Formats: sequence, structure tokens, C-alpha cells
Amino acid sequence: MVETTPASQPATAPPVSYRKREFRRAMQSMVASRWALVGMLILLVVSFVAIFGPWLAPFDPNRQNIMMRLLEPGEAGAGDLTYWLGSDQLGRDVFSRLLYGARVSLLVGVASIAVGGTLGTIAGLVSGYFGGWVDDVIMRLGDIQLAFPFILLAIMFLVVLGPGLMNMILVLGIGQWITYARIVRAQTLSLREKEYVEAARAMGDSTFSILFRTILPNIIAPLTVIASFNVAGVILSEAALSFLGLGVPPDVPTWGSMLSESRDHLLSNKWWLAVFPGLAIVFTVLAFNIIGDWLRDFLDPRLKENG
Amino acid sequence: MWTFLVRRLLQSIIVLIGVTLISFVSLQIGGDPTYLFVSENASTEEIEAARIALGFDRPLHIQYLSYVWNALQGDFGNSLSYRQPAMDVVLEAMPATIELTFFSLVLAIGLSIPLGIYAALNRGKPADGGIMTFAMLGQSIPNFWMGIMMIMFFGLYLRWFPISGHVPFLEPLFDGDFQTAFSNLPRSMYYMVMPAFAVGTYTLARNARLIRSSMLEVLQQDYVRTARSKGISERRVVIHHAMRNAWLPVVTMIGLEFGFLLGGVVVVETVFSYPGIGRLVFNAINQRDIPVVQASVILLALIFILLNLIVDLVYARLDPRVKL
Repeated sequence: MVETTPASQPATAPPVSYRKREFRRAMQSMVASRWALVGMLILLVVSFVAIFGPWLAPFDPNRQNIMMRLLEPGEAGAGDLTYWLGSDQLGRDVFSRLLYGARVSLLVGVASIAVGGTLGTIAGLVSGYFGGWVDDVIMRLGDIQLAFPFILLAIMFLVVLGPGLMNMILVLGIGQWITYARIVRAQTLSLREKEYVEAARAMGDSTFSILFRTILPNIIAPLTVIASFNVAGVILSEAALSFLGLGVPPDVPTWGSMLSESRDHLLSNKWWLAVFPGLAIVFTVLAFNIIGDWLRDFLDPRLKENG
Repeated sequence: MWTFLVRRLLQSIIVLIGVTLISFVSLQIGGDPTYLFVSENASTEEIEAARIALGFDRPLHIQYLSYVWNALQGDFGNSLSYRQPAMDVVLEAMPATIELTFFSLVLAIGLSIPLGIYAALNRGKPADGGIMTFAMLGQSIPNFWMGIMMIMFFGLYLRWFPISGHVPFLEPLFDGDFQTAFSNLPRSMYYMVMPAFAVGTYTLARNARLIRSSMLEVLQQDYVRTARSKGISERRVVIHHAMRNAWLPVVTMIGLEFGFLLGGVVVVETVFSYPGIGRLVFNAINQRDIPVVQASVILLALIFILLNLIVDLVYARLDPRVKL
């Protein structure tokens, strides 16, 4: 019923031509800001690698070959296969491990944000819409969480829970909820007084419908911006936790754990073990940061960094 | 002033209670916490004995209350690997971590201010573009990788800086030996340059951007235009009129930054084999020495909370618009 009332139109699906126009505007803005285009290209490459890594990798990332250990980048291995980025202390191909590592980084990044974003959005909607003690409890919980430097909180839980992809995603995700909750709450507070929300209420829409169909679509824009920066931050945290040995199990190659292993070979100048995984992290995180910047300027020009 | 202080103190106490609650929950979340405190080869009888000795056979709320009571006295149990109270082990490593965190904060903020202001004053010029590109990169580099790269380049290749080690400054200072402390200071800083820079890069980058945009905003304000129209030198306008106000958002950030840096230090210390809490936590993680992890995390959280309290007070003093 909501869909047919003019009053609630901002909340419902806009006509297709509008969407097309917005999409075109976004593309134009992206091309105009060359940085954003670079970011998007990096992101496409990393996503491609994450999806098709197993088909692109010349070696099994976990296949050990003691005869081929610590080969320099570009050295030929057994048969006619080349270790493009060298091999590690167990004779595993650095390039193949790097390709597989993209999966973990992206998966953890995106899944954690999905967990944290969903939790935070629901908490923020409820908090902002109902106010009162519900609001108080939710926001104080957030304050308590923010009293911890996040990485410490993650360490504390992961030490007890043990390593694992699921644990990592949950801990990193739960660590992010308050960021979303605060923003959604602030937006909900101002939106709940708007006429179209009033109208939906007057028409007898359920609270669920008001929260998720009327209010939520109007706060997607700031959420997208935060999410983009957040993915970057989460990928950095995942790398740090993997580096500390709290990440996924050892048989799953990750960029962070590759860096952790590289430390044993710093003194013997096996630079490729440290340089390539690090660059992979830097480029991926950079891409998300650039896109976050661009999205912020595009979706809300008022926030533009005076650039 | 007093009402503000009391209100803020009460808030901090509530947060502290929350911190103990979270750390207590973290112990329970994996099932029976007894297993975290006994060796992997322990027999059923040993586990049972440990459960009773550690009090994990009691109801949860009693366990929590005794956990808080013990925590208040700094008692987190004995470290499983050092065989002495966990808090003592952590406190021993504390000064080195504080030194490093503080040094990296000074380094990061100290560099970000001139960089941010310079970029703002040269808006749109190549210098601005360069600084902002650097800032973007700085926010995307993992601190521990920065550390590894610095070790490889400045430590092993150029041999400019030591790649590990630590010369204590705070420890002799706390012991009242000022002479040793201050004669150690230059070497202490020399050893800390690389780790501090690795920890601080992100903060440096973020604050350079923050200061730039804050400065740009202030420079557009009426009072700056008024100051300029009075014929005051540009230098005076920037330093006396613009900077004083551009400072404010940075001050609030500093408290948060300190916590953020503490988190970074935990990881970076491992890279430089720096004898602070971070390396302690790293070793404790590998040995599953839970009391040490818990004591470290809670102590760091406590420092973080205290610092934020102090920052709020400083902020209130700096900005007369904030009512005390």
C-alpha cells in the first residue's frame, strides 16, 4: 500500500529513468575524478582475482616443495612453471598464495561489514525511533565498546574463540556495529519527524514497515560511504590479526599470515616474501579508501573535504 | 566545573564496569573457561581440581563479582608461562609501551600540523596534491608492514637505524634516577624512531587531512577576513587567528588517537622485537597465556579511558564555548 501513496514516495523505488540518470551521473563523476577510476579498477582486479584465483594460480598454494624453497622472483621451478613472485621457506609459490589471499581479505572485509552494518543499522533504527530507555541502553553499550581500542577487543575474543574464518568475521563485524548505529540513530531521529513518515504512520503501517521501508531507504547514502571506509579498516585489522597468528587456520593463505612468516627471512634479505603481500594489502585498502572519498563527495557534496 | 567532572567520572566508572563485563564474557564465550587455564595434557582430575581452585564451579554472577573484586586489586591470576602474577608481568612491560606510544603520538601530531597547514595554505597547488596523496597512502599502509619495510630499507640496507632493541627512559625515571634517565633519552629516541614512525604513519596521515580541512574552513571565517583587513601579517593571521581555532577538532582526536596508537603498538612491537606489552601479548597469545592477555587488555583500556577523560577536560578549557 505504501508504494502507491505520493507522501511516501521518497522512500520507495524511484522510476527507472531516474535510476539510469543517477547511474550515468555516477559514472561521469567517477571518470572525471581520475582517482576514483583508479580505485575502481584496482577493486575490479582484486575482485576478479578473488573469484577466479584458483583458475589463475599456476601452483597449489599449499603445495610444499623443499627443493624449490626461497627461489627469487622469476626463477623457473620444476617443469616449465615459473615462480613469478618467488617461493617461500616451504617452497610454496608466493604468487599463487597471493591470489588465494585476496579471497580471505575481501571475504572478511565484506562479510564483517555485512554483519556489523546489519546489527548497527537495526540497533540505530530502533534506538532513534523509539528513544527512551531503549536508546539509552543501546548507546551506552556502544560507549563501553568504544572504550576499548578495537584491536585489543578482537585479540581478547579471538584468543579464547580460537582461529577461524567465521570467528574472525563475527569479531570484526561486531566490532563495527556502533559506527553504523550512531549514524543511523542520528538520521532516524531527524527523519521520524518528517511528513512522509507521519503519513506512513497515519496510514497504519506497521513499525517494521516504517523503519525498514520508509526510513531506511533514505539513510542508505551515508551508510554506503561509511561502509566503504570501513571495509578498508577491516581489511587492515584482519591483516594485523593474521599477522599476530589469530587469523584463519594456517592452511588458508592470507596476506597477513604471509607477512608474519616473512619476518623470519628479513635478515637474509628475502625481500619478496614481505614486499608482495604488503603491496597487495596497500592497494586493496587504498582502493576502498579512494572509493569511500569519492562516494562521500558524490553522495553528499556538503561533506566535501574542501578539496 | 565540578558537576562536569563528577558526571564524566561517573560515566568512566560505568564504562569500566562494562569493560570488566566484556572481558569476563570473553572468558566464558568459548565454553568452560577452565580449559584456558590448564595445560593441554591435563588429566580429568587435574581439570576438576583447577575448576574448583579457580572458582569456575560457582554460579556465574558470583564468578563475575569475584572477577571484578580481584580485578580491582589488579589480580588476574598467575601467568601460565612466567609463574608470577600476570599484572606484575604486564606492569614490567608497561613503561616501554608508554614511551613508544607517546613518542609516536608526538611524532605524528608534530609532523601532521605543519603538513596540514602547509597543504591548506597551498590549496590546489602541487605541494597540496603531494601531501594529500601521501596522506591517502599513509592511511592504507598496515603499520606492521611499514615496520618491516623500514627495517629492510633504513635498517638493513642503509644501516641508519637499529632494527630492534630498546633503551629505557621511563624506568630509571620512575626509580628516581634522573641522571640515567636523561642521559638515556637521546639513545632511547634513536631506538624508537623506526617503530614510532611505523605506528604513527596512519595517525600522521589522518591528522594531516583533518588539520588541512579544519584550517581551510577556519580560513574562510569572517574573523580571519577581519584580521586580514586590519593589515596584520599573514603569518600572524595564520598562527594567532586561524590555528587557534583549527586546533580544536585535533585535540578531541588526540585522546582517540592514543588508544588507536596503543592498538597499533601491540602489533608493531612484535616486528621490532620491542620489549613492551605488545610483544608480551603476542607471546601470550602463542602460549595461550590468558591471564597475561586479560591483564594487558584491561590495563590498556584503563589507560585509554583515563586519557579520554583528561582530553575532555583539556578540550573544555581550550574551547570557552564548551560549558564545564
